[in-house]
Amino acid sequence: MASSTLVSRRGTRGRKARRRDTGQGRQRTLISPAQLGRPRGRAVYWIVFALVALGFTLVFLGPLYWMVTGGLKTTQEVVQSPPTAFPSSIHTENYSQAWNVMDLAQLLLNTLYYAFGALAFQLVLDVAAAYSLSRLRPVFGRAILGMMLATLMIPATVLVVPQYLTVLDVPIFERNLLNSPWAIWLPSVTNAFNIFLLKRFFDSIPGELLDAAAMDGASPLCTLRSIVLPISRPILGVVSIFAVVGVWKDFLWPMLTLPDPGKQTLNVGIYSLSNGVPQNVLIAALTIASVPTLLVFLLFQRNIMSGLTAGGLKG
Amino acid sequence: MSAPTLSTGKASAPPPGHHHPTTGPDSAREEFVRALRRNITAHGFLIGAVLCFSFFSWYPMVREFLLAFQKTEDGRTTWAGWSNLSYVFNDPAFWQAWRNTLLFTVLALLLGFAVPFVVAVVLNEFRHAQGYLRLLVYLPVMLPPVASVLLFKYFYDPGYGLFNRILEFLHLPAQQWLQDPGTSMLSVVIASTWMNMGGATLIYLAALQGIPGELYEAAELDGAGLFRKIWHVTIPQTRLILSLLLLMQIIATMQVFTEPFLLTNGAGPEGSTTTVVYLIYQYAFNFNNYGGAAALGLLLLVVLAGFSAVYVRLSRSSED
Repeated sequence: MASSTLVSRRGTRGRKARRRDTGQGRQRTLISPAQLGRPRGRAVYWIVFALVALGFTLVFLGPLYWMVTGGLKTTQEVVQSPPTAFPSSIHTENYSQAWNVMDLAQLLLNTLYYAFGALAFQLVLDVAAAYSLSRLRPVFGRAILGMMLATLMIPATVLVVPQYLTVLDVPIFERNLLNSPWAIWLPSVTNAFNIFLLKRFFDSIPGELLDAAAMDGASPLCTLRSIVLPISRPILGVVSIFAVVGVWKDFLWPMLTLPDPGKQTLNVGIYSLSNGVPQNVLIAALTIASVPTLLVFLLFQRNIMSGLTAGGLKG
Repeated sequence: MSAPTLSTGKASAPPPGHHHPTTGPDSAREEFVRALRRNITAHGFLIGAVLCFSFFSWYPMVREFLLAFQKTEDGRTTWAGWSNLSYVFNDPAFWQAWRNTLLFTVLALLLGFAVPFVVAVVLNEFRHAQGYLRLLVYLPVMLPPVASVLLFKYFYDPGYGLFNRILEFLHLPAQQWLQDPGTSMLSVVIASTWMNMGGATLIYLAALQGIPGELYEAAELDGAGLFRKIWHVTIPQTRLILSLLLLMQIIATMQVFTEPFLLTNGAGPEGSTTTVVYLIYQYAFNFNNYGGAAALGLLLLVVLAGFSAVYVRLSRSSED
């Protein structure tokens, strides 16, 4: 092995060295390194790069800049024509007003409560189900998995009406879950895609590892806790982030099932109050509502992006 | 549950652990007890998720079909036959909603399918700041939808909105944006593309990074220029991902609700942004006509089922 790598490296040294000059050792892409190496290629590259970088910053950060500064303007300035690029005077009190008038603390707490409750339910029930389907393989396991995956074929919006009617009067238990966090938590468990991702990951764990644990007399629960879960940290991270972000971004379902203003989520609460407050206070509220998810994104961007491309297509 | 079924389950997945090479009825019984115990544990792990699916997924699926053929009057539910469907078909808003949904889908694909691909191809060439640019594209995906949508509503304002300022700066005529039936849907699509294009872009980027560089080298030896390399290498190499994402986006965009609901209160000027899902919402929650909502939902389901089936087929073939 070692010698053959050496030989092949010696054979392609010239090309590799040149590639490193222009491409920092990365895999080659559409434009050849040689073309980029020429003065004209290099000039075109930098012009395109500068235009795209500038354009992207304007298109994607521009609106966020407008949002943050819009929240700092006076009621007159924010609806003034032509608009001002910089607030002529800074009014941070809009943010505290938004916080108080729209009761953002309550909305934020509600959303956190729903999101992390849903996360806990999904982590416990979906992980247990995926582990059972992957490793314990009960009778009818394949049929159950198939029925779970079949729900992915049904457009989510089509099910909203019958799901809502179910929440109004849960059969057998005869409970009305309207305005209760259970209306968010329990349906969040029916995430077939998460179960599929988890099962596929558990399938890839070498069987000998689990057999050895069973040989030592470990129960399935013990094996799951002490062997499977520690190995599965990356996939658990991805599933957790998507569980929290999913609840955070949802709109129609919480709007229907949590109509009580004291129990609403950030999205629904801000929407239902949006017509009653001045534009600058509303924009300040939008900024505050964006901060938590942006923080999560900046902290976990690596996990989020890898999760997106690893599992984003299969289903 | 009978013993033979249990042992079939066992044959497909031999349980880990001790194995006594004994024979006779005793060992068969022991085998049975072990399989039974294994199944009880396994179903114990499954039961929570299965109950949730039963109540909030499988039962609603059945109920959707039942609702479509039932009607409720004065608290009494009776069979309605095809009357819900014929009611839906005769609603003047029905065809308009489908036209609007199709218009949204076509516009959203032109923007939301093509733009991320071009962006990904360009980004993949960059040797600098790729991480920063990737971060930027994905940023809006992480915002709460209410924040991005209400922000765009502010930009679209014909009086003080940012967009008419930009048009003025470019010496283009000002638009009424959301207030004009001619441009309202396009405005919704622009906002929706800004909010959602990050995901597709990152998936394309990952696919582009999987293309072997030798293919481009070979194409260059054959004298291919930039566009012929894209046409003969990039697109064929990413064809599967492209078609999967196309299907996924058709399925997602045909279910659009939140963006028009928040931007134009759903219907928009002269009903120009009424989508099929908004009509379902109206039937169910404004008119209390659950039968009509379910019937329309069933129609949407049938239309999308075809796309879903092709999607599942393609993604299966990509697994192999």
